[in-house]
Amino acid sequence: MRIIPAHMTRLSTIALFVGWLLLAAFAHAQGVNARTGTITLGFSSEPPTLNSMESTDQVSSMILSHVKEGLLRYGPTGELVPGVAVRWELTDHSARFWLRRDARWSDGKPVTAHDFVFAWRTALLPTTASQYAFILYPVKNAEAINRGELPATALGVKAVGDYELHVELEKPCPYFASLTAFMTYYPVREDFFRSRGERYSADAADMISNGPFVLDRWVHGAALSMVKNPRYWDAKNVKLNRIDIPHMTSDPQAMFNLYRNGSIAMTGLTRELLGKAVELDYPIRSFSTGAVFFVEINHRPERVTSALKLRQAIQALIDPAVLVNRIMAIPGNRPTDTLFPSWVKGVEKPFIEEYPPPVIERSLLRARTLLQEYLDESGLDAPPPLVLLTGDNPMAVQQAQYIQYVLGQGLGIEVRIDKQIFKQILEKMRAGDFDLVTAGWGPDYNDAMTFADLFASWNENNRGRYQGAEYDRLVREAQGSNDPRVRMQAIAGIQQLIMDDVVILPSYENSAVYVQDPHLKGVVRSIFGGDPSFRYAWIEEGSAP
Amino acid sequence: MMRFIAGRIVYGVFTLWFLATATFFAMHAVPGDPLASEKAVSPEIRRNLEVRYGLDKPLMTQYGIFLGNMIKGDFGISYTQKNRSVNDIIREHFPISAQLGVLALLWATIGGIVFGAVTAYYRNRWPDYVSVVAVIICISVPGFVFAALAQLAIIALNEAVGSDWLPVAGWETGSFRHMLVPSLVLGLGTLAYLTRLMRSSMLEIMEADFVRTAHAKGLGTQRVFWQHQLRNAILPVVTVLGPAIAGITTGGFVVEQVFAIPGLGRYFVQAVQQLDYTVIMGTTVFYGAFLIFLVMMVDILYGVIDPRIRLAPERLRHQGGPI
Repeated sequence: MRIIPAHMTRLSTIALFVGWLLLAAFAHAQGVNARTGTITLGFSSEPPTLNSMESTDQVSSMILSHVKEGLLRYGPTGELVPGVAVRWELTDHSARFWLRRDARWSDGKPVTAHDFVFAWRTALLPTTASQYAFILYPVKNAEAINRGELPATALGVKAVGDYELHVELEKPCPYFASLTAFMTYYPVREDFFRSRGERYSADAADMISNGPFVLDRWVHGAALSMVKNPRYWDAKNVKLNRIDIPHMTSDPQAMFNLYRNGSIAMTGLTRELLGKAVELDYPIRSFSTGAVFFVEINHRPERVTSALKLRQAIQALIDPAVLVNRIMAIPGNRPTDTLFPSWVKGVEKPFIEEYPPPVIERSLLRARTLLQEYLDESGLDAPPPLVLLTGDNPMAVQQAQYIQYVLGQGLGIEVRIDKQIFKQILEKMRAGDFDLVTAGWGPDYNDAMTFADLFASWNENNRGRYQGAEYDRLVREAQGSNDPRVRMQAIAGIQQLIMDDVVILPSYENSAVYVQDPHLKGVVRSIFGGDPSFRYAWIEEGSAP
Repeated sequence: MMRFIAGRIVYGVFTLWFLATATFFAMHAVPGDPLASEKAVSPEIRRNLEVRYGLDKPLMTQYGIFLGNMIKGDFGISYTQKNRSVNDIIREHFPISAQLGVLALLWATIGGIVFGAVTAYYRNRWPDYVSVVAVIICISVPGFVFAALAQLAIIALNEAVGSDWLPVAGWETGSFRHMLVPSLVLGLGTLAYLTRLMRSSMLEIMEADFVRTAHAKGLGTQRVFWQHQLRNAILPVVTVLGPAIAGITTGGFVVEQVFAIPGLGRYFVQAVQQLDYTVIMGTTVFYGAFLIFLVMMVDILYGVIDPRIRLAPERLRHQGGPI
């Protein structure tokens, strides 16, 4: 989903929280209220846009996943379940969806196949300039439309009657069904969209829902409320009546204080807050955010890091286990030597069980030998200094300092830490103004490819500009097939190549820790489809266990 | 007086223009790219975004367009809040910062004048020492510490009393209990500063000849205090009040963040971090204009309180004495 400078991730973004329920003039703060079926949360920020065709961030995605619904959605255990579509069929070059007849917009009109056709076409228009347009690229002609080479009507999707959707695919896409649960694929009703013009989704009144909840109130920068949508096709199985989000602050400490006061139902924990939560005897929960963090390397020929021997020397010294267990010390984070997290599916079992990551031989001796070989090859007397770009948050700095220390002590390499705010990190990465950078990648869809194509030569997110003919070939091979064996074989090749060629230095799989009101049950924390999800949540009455 | 005011206005407009221009070019000189996103976009989409925000034009043209729009009072659409105009952001969030700021300033002014006068009166005795320590703490400890401590105190209080009258954080329009603690925290630094200022100013006045004269001609202590000492000692406080108002309304960022208050302060700070060009310009020009206006008001008010200030040298010569 995004390149994230280490630790700027969900700990804060997801920091979902707060609550505050106004019953009367004298408000009674309550994170969960069983009598009214209301929960209260807080957000780390205002949603930047609730136009599903343009949204990119976590907060917007969370809200949209409650007020809208795609063809498919994610169920209580994170599996794909029917949404607007009751059934679907996927072949190498096409997909068909049969829509339920009882799906309704919140104004009572039926949700039809045309609403999907309109949304997908509009999202792809070059003038829409959607950052997530690429996620529609598996649909035939999508990329050409997005580049302005074809009209939107050329898109390989058509409505057959009101309740059948036919999709032509550009190439085999075994994970296409899971894509339809992503927000860019949500339906948009043309007449409503046109009636709002520029104001579409700008306020609660400028939105229309087809999901389990509707947006009831939106005071910009201050508060949001969602209430149960009585017209939702499965409304009888939506237990919560109301989700209030009356607080928006990026200060995790403030959120934690609200949680302590019983004003909100859940909140994310930073490392400092984790200590406090343990002291207060709160049960600590954690879940995988699905993201992988790594040190990205600049492969541009003019940079010293383009030398393989130097990269290998660094690889032989930096140990993710030390970083995760000794330096960061947040439970749930898991050191890794591969780009592919443990949840990525293989043929039958998780991918890394079927294809365990290659073992990296780590030793000071090996690192020094490799460095000497590098020096001999390049005719240098001493290793050149390296620029390590990193975020301005304490955790990222800590990680950078670990690398600085290890390379300095072990190899005598001077590492200069370049601490920047997020926008400037992105700009410096784009311009290639770094040797190493602490980065991360959150998945967009449930397939190994969301990670695998990251370092393909054509990928704009390949900001280290790694160019490998073999890498590209393997990505094409995996993209060109529907056969899981062929695909996973290619992915395994990529995994091996990442280590052999030191494309990046994988660090860890990310988890988020949080606390949640014990009366609140059935909250789904998930990697895909909007997190956290209250679609299946309920409040248990009585005293907390 | 009219000439004095007119002069100030011309001066203010020039200052504002200078501020806007300097900010505009400084902002564009900052490394980084307002359109940079976590997700890299294709060159085609990037070009479309540049066109949408007018970034495809040469810098001087952009500056010209910006100035033209600024005169019309239009600052454009935010880069990060995609459906919102900067004017909307200011209109919706400034009143909240202002309410908080006015209340904070009220605490600060009343507190500053009272404590300042009291400590001056009891100088070098225990009330003075206590207040000096308190003042130093309030000036040197950053606001977020007080904010966090205040929150913990509220939690403890709520637990002890079993009520939720004081919210830990949050905002309801027009709700005094939501404003109370944040405004106290926000006003603390200014209160401490004003106390110091008032104290030294008061001490100076207490030694002044005209005060001795007033005592000598038999005026009561009360009368001397209210009519002669306080009114004169208050002048330096009034001088810093203008910048203090601006400081409090803009410096509310931390307090707004901790107490989850949807004020303008956070937009002001976050816009810089996110390189949200239009919001940076809008809020800077707005706050700049606000500050300039306040300083102007203080100048005029000062003239009312103290006629010597009205920059009239010949009258000053005749009327050199104290009021």
